[in-house]
Parts: sequence; C-alpha cells; structure tokens
Amino acid sequence: MLRGKGWRISFFDEMTGQEGEVRSPYREYSDWFGREDAARIQRKAQQAEAFFRTTGITFNVYGQDEADERLIPFDVVPRIISASEWRRLSRGIEQRVRALNAFLHDIYHRQEILRAGRVPIELISRNEAFLPMMMGMDPPGGIYTHISGIDIVRTGADEFYVLEDNARTPSGVSYMLENRETMLQMFPELFAKISVREVSDYPLNLLKSLAACAPPACGGTPTVAVLTPGIHNSAYFEHSFLADQMGAELVEGHDLRVVDGRVAMRTTQGYTPIDVLYRRVDDDFLDPLNFRPDSVLGVPGIWDVYRAGGITIANAPGTGIADDKALYSYMPDIIEFYTGEKALLPNVPTWRCGEPEHLREVLDRLPELVVKEVHGSGGYGMLVGPAASKKAIAAFRAKLEANPRNYIAQPTLSLSTVPIFTKAGLAPRHVDLRPFVLMSPQGIRITPGGLTRVAMSKGSLVVNSSQGGGTKDTWVLED
Amino acid sequence: MLGKTAGSLYWMARYLERSENNARLIDAGFRIALTRSNTAAAEWRSVLVTAGQDYYFRQAHGADYSSQRVVDFMLRDPANPSSIMSVIKQARDNARTARTYLTREAWEAVNTSWMTLGALLKRQVREDDLPDVLAAIRQQSGLVRGAFAGTMLRNDGYNFSRLGTFLERADNTARILDVKYYLLLPSVAHIGSSIDNVQWETILRSVSAHRAYHWLYGAEISALKIAEFLILYKQMPRSLAFCCDKMNDNLGWLARAYGEETEAVRLGASICNDRLSRPIASIFDNGLHEFITDFLRANAALARQIERDYRFVE
Repeated sequence: MLRGKGWRISFFDEMTGQEGEVRSPYREYSDWFGREDAARIQRKAQQAEAFFRTTGITFNVYGQDEADERLIPFDVVPRIISASEWRRLSRGIEQRVRALNAFLHDIYHRQEILRAGRVPIELISRNEAFLPMMMGMDPPGGIYTHISGIDIVRTGADEFYVLEDNARTPSGVSYMLENRETMLQMFPELFAKISVREVSDYPLNLLKSLAACAPPACGGTPTVAVLTPGIHNSAYFEHSFLADQMGAELVEGHDLRVVDGRVAMRTTQGYTPIDVLYRRVDDDFLDPLNFRPDSVLGVPGIWDVYRAGGITIANAPGTGIADDKALYSYMPDIIEFYTGEKALLPNVPTWRCGEPEHLREVLDRLPELVVKEVHGSGGYGMLVGPAASKKAIAAFRAKLEANPRNYIAQPTLSLSTVPIFTKAGLAPRHVDLRPFVLMSPQGIRITPGGLTRVAMSKGSLVVNSSQGGGTKDTWVLED
Repeated sequence: MLGKTAGSLYWMARYLERSENNARLIDAGFRIALTRSNTAAAEWRSVLVTAGQDYYFRQAHGADYSSQRVVDFMLRDPANPSSIMSVIKQARDNARTARTYLTREAWEAVNTSWMTLGALLKRQVREDDLPDVLAAIRQQSGLVRGAFAGTMLRNDGYNFSRLGTFLERADNTARILDVKYYLLLPSVAHIGSSIDNVQWETILRSVSAHRAYHWLYGAEISALKIAEFLILYKQMPRSLAFCCDKMNDNLGWLARAYGEETEAVRLGASICNDRLSRPIASIFDNGLHEFITDFLRANAALARQIERDYRFVE
C-alpha cells in the first residue's frame, strides 16, 4: 500500500519502518484504515477544509495581498507516537527547557558560562536579540521561557534530534488544538477504539502557568491579557483563539497605557490594570520609548513598569537570544553546564559558517547541505542544497561568502516520513514535530505530542507553512 | 470589556445593517429603473445620494448613471467604501477584532457571509441574476441575525452591537425620507390627492414595508400616512420611533450594568422625547425637511457620544 511512486526505502517511515511492516503504534489505525472506504475519507478531508475556512483558521502570507488568506493544508492521517517514545522525548525536552531558562538567567546576570569559556562571548555581544537592559533584572518567578517550542526531527526508529529551539514567540499551538478538534469531529469512532492522550487542556494550563508568574504588584486573581499586533498579523487567528480559550482579553498596543505605575487596558468603564501580558509582538516593538521609537504595536513606558515589578511579560524580553542558530550549536554544552548531565536529545551536527574552517567545508559541500540564516525563521532565506538548482546554489554561495557569520549549515537529514492521504492512496511525506512547553515556578508541563508539520509535496523537506507545508494531528498513545 | 472591542461590535453591526439596507435600496432602484427608463438616471442618482455614495460614484464614473454601472458600483466596487462587498469586509474585520466576544456560531455566520458574498460578487452580476443575488444578501444577513439572537450572551457586548444596528437603521430610514421628502410635500397641501404610485411604492420597498403599509392603512395612500408610518409607527421595525426605542433600551441596559448614566443615555432619551413624541401633523407643520435634517444631526451626535462615553477610541 505504501509502495507507490516515489517511495524511497532509505527514509524511515513512522508507519511502516524500513521493512514495510506496520509499526506497533500504527497497528490499530492501519487496521481501521484498511477497512475504511477511501471515498468516505476523501469526503471527510473535504469537510475538514470547509470547517477550517468557516472557522477562519487561516493565515496571511507576508508580501502578498492582505485579502489573500490561506489555509494551512490539513492531512487526515494522524502522526502517532508511542507512550515510551514520548516519555523519552519529554524527558529530553524538559531538560533542554530547564537549561535554556538557566542559561538566560545566567546571561542576564553573572554570565558564568561566558567566563568559563564554554560559549564564545561574541555569540552574545553580537546577538541582535540580546537586551542589555535585561542585565540584573529578575523576571517574576525567575521565568524567562514561559512558552517554548522545541522542534524535533526523527531519522530512524531510535534517532531523534532537536532541530531548533523557539523561545521567543513560538506559534502553531492553535493548529495543534484545532487539528485534534477536527479529527474528533470527523472520526469519533477512532478515539473510541484507540486511547489517545488529551491536548485540549493546553489553554487552561497556559492560563494557570501565566497566572503563577504574576508580578509583585498583583493583588488577588491575576488579570492575564494577550497582546497581538492586530488582525493583519499572520498569526492573528492563534492570538484570538488563545485569548478566547483562556477567557483573557485580546489587546493591541493602542488599548494599553501606563496608569498609576501599572500597564492598564482601556475598557468601556475606564482603565483596568493587567498583571500578566502574554505578548505576541517582538521585543523591538514592545515599548516605543525604550526600544523602536516608530513602533505603534507596543505600550510607551511598559519597560519601566516591568522593571518596577508592575507587570509580567511572557516570554521575558531578551529570550530571543536562545533562538539564534549559531548559539544552538552550543546547546549540548549549555545543557551540561547547567544540569550537570549529558543532553538526552542530541543536536543536529552544525557548521558555524563564521568559523573559517567550518566555512571552507561548507562551501565545498554546499550542494549536499542545508544552510540557514542565524536569525531566520519560517523557512525564509534558507538553502536546501540537494533540492536547489545550480544557479540558486551559486547565488547562495555569494551571499554566504559575503556574510558568513550570518549562516549555519547542517547535513541534509533523512527526515522521517508519515503517510498522507492522497487521491491515489497513502503516500509518504517528510515531517517534523514542535512540542509546546509551559514553564512556571510550579514546574514544566509539556502537552503530549505537539504540532506535526508535513511537507505536502513529494520529496520536499521544507515543512514550513509559509512554504506550502501542512499539518497533521499528533497522537501520543496511552500506556 | 475593552473599549475597542465594544467599538468593533458596534461597527460590525452597523456595517452588517448597512449592507442589508443597501441591498434593499438597489432592489427598489432596480424596479423603478426597469419600469421607467426615461427617469432611470435620476432615480439611480437619488439611490446613490440616499446611500451616501454619490460623491464616490461621480469621482469614478462622472454622470453616467446607467443601471449596470450603478448596480456594479454599489455591489462590488472596491473603490466605493460603502459597496456591499466593502461593507461586508469591514464587518468581518471588526468581527475578527472582537472575535473573543462572539460565539462560534455568530462568528461563523459573519465569516460565512463574507465568503458567500465574496464568491457571488466575484464577477459583475448580470441583470437577470440581480434579484437572486440581492435575495442571497438578505438571506445572509438573516442568518447572521439568527446566530446572534440565538447564541449571544445578553451582556454589554450584545448591547453595543444592537446599538450599532439601530443607529444605522434609523440613519438609513431618515436618509430615505431626506431624499424623497419633496415627493411627499405637494400632496400634503391637498389632502386626499394621491402621490405618484410608483414613487411611494419605491419608498416603502426601500424599507421592505409595502405590504405592511397596506395591512395597516388599507388601500389609501397618502403622504401623511407614509410619513407617519416611517417616522412614528412603533410596530414598524424600521421606523425612527422603533429604532430610537430600541436604542434607549440598550443604553438603559448599559447604564444599569455600569451603574453610570452617561451623556449618551441623555441624548438618546431626548431624541425620543423631544422629537418623536408628537403627532405627524405637527411635524409637517414645522417642516418635514427641517425635522429630518434635525433628526439626522441628533442621531449622528448620539453616535459620537456613544463612542466617547464608552471609550471606543482613545
């Protein structure tokens, strides 16, 4: 069934492994699928699309007509992870997020790791996301990374790698939730048959986790609000979705101002203080008085309120340094430095193009590597060597030579595949996984699974939604 | 709730109401243009003036008031800020801004309207398809209204959206009278003489009330009665008196919930008490045109006061 055109046995398929035999987490699903009428599933897939449209689960692609709202393609075949696989992953993720938070605290305080020479100082001093104003600041509860997304790829039955850390403002969690909701509506019988772990408590956990980080100025039940750049932002759906699910207000910069030493929102009856602001705008735009003066997305003076303990900003300003892909290459050292343990989840081997020897090797092997911008995201500005034309590689070579420090390179990984449903039956496509992690003084909570992104076209390794990638529901099985 | 959110709910409702009213105006204009081709241009112009779109139309097309041009302009021209497509988009943008205050059903109704009309109005509408398209527009607004009535909490957000609906509707009915009042005037001088049949039918059709009028007044058509029906008759859901009553209900609800009598509450009451609590004859005596002008001004002042009192903007 899986041996259609283009099927390359060299990739690990999560449903059929390398041998073509259905792996145990997929067994029940595969039995069910075998008995189902393909036409019925086809119909369901179309219903799902209509459901996403009427619900407005759309995103805007930057640089295109604002009226052009697109759907992220949704595939009806779930990505299934066994209980034991998940235990292993979640231990590694928890370790990593703890280390990230400790690292951020250290960088903005004594900088022990720099003094110990484990991470080169330039990676911080040249890091655009580094905020000198955060030096010596203690964010409420000691938390920097309230919400993070750790991107994971798989290359074999026992081979998992962390591909990227997203500690700034990871997005996609609304898709994780809506994908499950859609699957429950379309195939309720599957969930009766197979015990899949819940994800729907994420918004309430998010609310609890944020409320547990309330600032000293908060008296009583913390008021939480979500700060969005507005309806034209590509992730606006997610911002309104999370605010709605948490029962929190969804605010924009022009709804807020500093009143009596607190950040307050303009309600129909006057100004009400906010305790915790889950902001979905970047640091640069937070406070036009203290950061970018041309920004209209933020709140003049919020920085001073933050310093004085009048508000919690989640994630803390300055966490973006951890998203830097050059810094990523030091994560195994960072984990060891703060936890005293070896990293449970390995990094993908990474060449730092800023180092002459690394650069030489990268330039030699460009057609076989993946090259990424250090600060890039969303799959923009990257080169996938094996998939690129000679011309594209030559153009990229020039960019790389002009500004090597701006790039890292990695081997082209044999990303695992999971089948998607096509008119011609099941067909394998490459996937990655973004689990979502909440951190508060009460602990770390990881929603079972996360968002599975899938490259919808055959052979493609780029799963980003801005580049035509789709998503799948992700199942973590109960023991 | 946030002042901005209150404002978005209010404007969403205003735009939805406007799209429905404009569909009705197009319908009435289309009928008269079909039956009286010699005065069609003048009729279309008066439709555009009523809808507040004549300025934009002349910017785009000069004085070419042909049915096809006007209908296309009013339905789907992106250069026309009040075209049905522009207005639906505005309504949907406001609904998106206030998304957290809408039920799933209410949001989906607005979003579906936008998608459905977007598909219907993608290309120029052929004349013989126009009745179907207008019917679809009315039907969509019915679905939105139903979703709101059936699922929304009766809280401050709901009251703000209702305020938007009735302010817009009162404005629309008053504008219809403002443009057509001269037709009603001469006949008042000689009570009993009937006004131009097609004209009065157009007025009543513009508010979807030509049948209701006959139920109420029988076959007799008089300027005084039409004016009374549209201005003072409280059981007619598009009359000025009905709209003002509803606005006062919504303002009263907000005053109780917030424990604060705002200036808007006072203004709303004064429209009802000072302007609409007298017989139609006295309105005519003091001048119908003056009455309508004053009403439009008071209605607009109320709208501004609501925005201020409930902090829609800073």
